[in-house]
Amino acid sequence: MFNTFFALGATALELGLISSLTVLALFLSYSMLNVCDLSTDGCFTLGAAVGAVVAISGHPYLSLGAAICAGMVSGFVTAILQTKMGIDSLLSGIIVNTGLYSVNIAIMGGASLLNMNKTETVFTKAKMLFAHSFIGPQYRLVVVIAIVALVLVLLTWFLKTRLGLAIRATGNNPDMVKSSSINPTFTTIVGLCLSNSLTALSGCLLAQSQKSVNVTIGSGMVTIALASLLIGRAFMGKGGIGKRAVGAVLGAFVFRLVYTIALRFNLPAYMLKLVSSVIVIIAIAGPYFKQRLPELKRIRDASKGERHA
Amino acid sequence: MLELIDVCKTFNPKTIFEKVALDHVNLKVQDGDFISIIGANGAGKSTLFNAICGSFLTDSGKIILDGEDITFKPDHIRAKTIGRLFQDPMRGSAPGMSIEENLALAAGHGGWLSKISKADKEAFRERLSLLDMGLEDRMKQPVGLLSGGQRQALTLLMSTFNPPKLLLLDEHTAALDPSTAEKVLELTKKIVDDNHLTCLMITHNMQSALELGNRTIMMHHGKIIYDVSGDKRKGLGVADLLGQFKKAAGKDLDNDRMILV
Ligand SMILES: Nc1ncnc2c1ncn2[C@@H]1O[C@H](COP(=O)(O)OP(=O)(O)OP(=O)(O)O)[C@@H](O)[C@H]1O
Ligand SMILES: [Mg+2]
Repeated sequence: MFNTFFALGATALELGLISSLTVLALFLSYSMLNVCDLSTDGCFTLGAAVGAVVAISGHPYLSLGAAICAGMVSGFVTAILQTKMGIDSLLSGIIVNTGLYSVNIAIMGGASLLNMNKTETVFTKAKMLFAHSFIGPQYRLVVVIAIVALVLVLLTWFLKTRLGLAIRATGNNPDMVKSSSINPTFTTIVGLCLSNSLTALSGCLLAQSQKSVNVTIGSGMVTIALASLLIGRAFMGKGGIGKRAVGAVLGAFVFRLVYTIALRFNLPAYMLKLVSSVIVIIAIAGPYFKQRLPELKRIRDASKGERHA
Repeated sequence: MLELIDVCKTFNPKTIFEKVALDHVNLKVQDGDFISIIGANGAGKSTLFNAICGSFLTDSGKIILDGEDITFKPDHIRAKTIGRLFQDPMRGSAPGMSIEENLALAAGHGGWLSKISKADKEAFRERLSLLDMGLEDRMKQPVGLLSGGQRQALTLLMSTFNPPKLLLLDEHTAALDPSTAEKVLELTKKIVDDNHLTCLMITHNMQSALELGNRTIMMHHGKIIYDVSGDKRKGLGVADLLGQFKKAAGKDLDNDRMILV
């Protein structure tokens, strides 16, 4: 019994941490830059595909770097569309997402599925490395925790630098960025490149963890990540940057946990996306109604009073 | 130091919404000038500032700042030498970020990857205490929590942290209550004097237009219709300004008189 729980928790933790990189990406684009980046799904698959192809060709470590670079390119294109070509930010994301579908299949050599059963990945490398240490069977978690911790530290550090501050201000008040002699176009481009590199890394890790890439691996990721982000926000409130970033990771884990538990209660796997949609609705509509509650009460009381009078 | 030569701007040209907002504007500002700008709503005062700041390219004409032709420079580059405050106190600062972070961006010290240093914080604290609003003890708080007056004072500090060559004030006290407005105006005078800034200030208050600064110009339908400075300005009262306006604006007056006062 305990063992099953532990195994479930470990799986949820691993998957949660992997997707937390996408959540951190949205933390950058959605919370900081105020851009809802709808190219997330395609970019996630892009990272998975590029990472898989590079790993299959025999470079497990390089695969991570390659995925990150691919994500940056994708983010760069999305950013150029919305800052230099007059295309609305939502539409830019959708356009890039659509285009990426073809790009991804092309990268996978025309196939919609790549198998990595016999491929050396960062996970198999870690397995060999930790085979005789106390970590032993938890090698997968160690890899993921190490990467997420590194990203978290770098990201919080970055968001406190001048460039990081400028990116945060871009979503908050672009006029103010301009009056600080910084070009908001530049900060948007940097921000989207960074955020998409994280999304792609996230996809790359998921593919290597499950030893295969399907061209639909990223579908619905944007909603799942948004749900996680909002759950994290509910937990951590509006603290400092570091706290909020940790909240984003925590949110990803909680989302996975809820989902894993739901699966235990025989919820079929295909329900994941509906669950994430509902969570996003609750997370966004909830605070809205909570804020309106006093008003609604007053309206109700007033109409009651009328009836009594 | 600032020179506008024959600057024109028409919004929505060749449509039924066509609006000539700047009509062959010529203006020469001397170093250290403090010019107040008056004119009815829609006269083109804010548009004049937008042209100087580079919010849009003018249709024709030239803008020269300190001998440098800035006509085609993008706005964020011009912001290095031109500071600007808007009527809306919310426009000048980022509400989700702390006072300290806002000041750090405005100060712009160090490279892209530099962080706010101890010395920076000390400098921010010192400057904030000049405002006498207790903000130096709230540096970690988000700017969104400040009142309009506090935010406008902070914006004033931010846009003059590195003293600009030119400061543009667009009715920057209009949204504040009378006593706060006075306080912010006092601060403005102090900062302008201390740093010997050249300043253009739009106002609808004719009294302060005459009291402040050394020169007053009046705009109407995108044109500068009256320009007064020196001894001639000293003897002037609000009634004289209105008289000037009547004379220069002529038959349009009936529509505009109400708005102007
Ligand atoms: N972006 C724009 N697009 C179209 N028309 C504009 C635009 N900006 C200003 N205008 C028009 O240009 C004219 C001058 O506007 P401006 O804002 O400069 O007036 P103002 O003198 O600042 O008035 P106020 O005292 O009300 O602030 C107005 O008729 C306005 O409708
Ligand atoms: Mg105006």
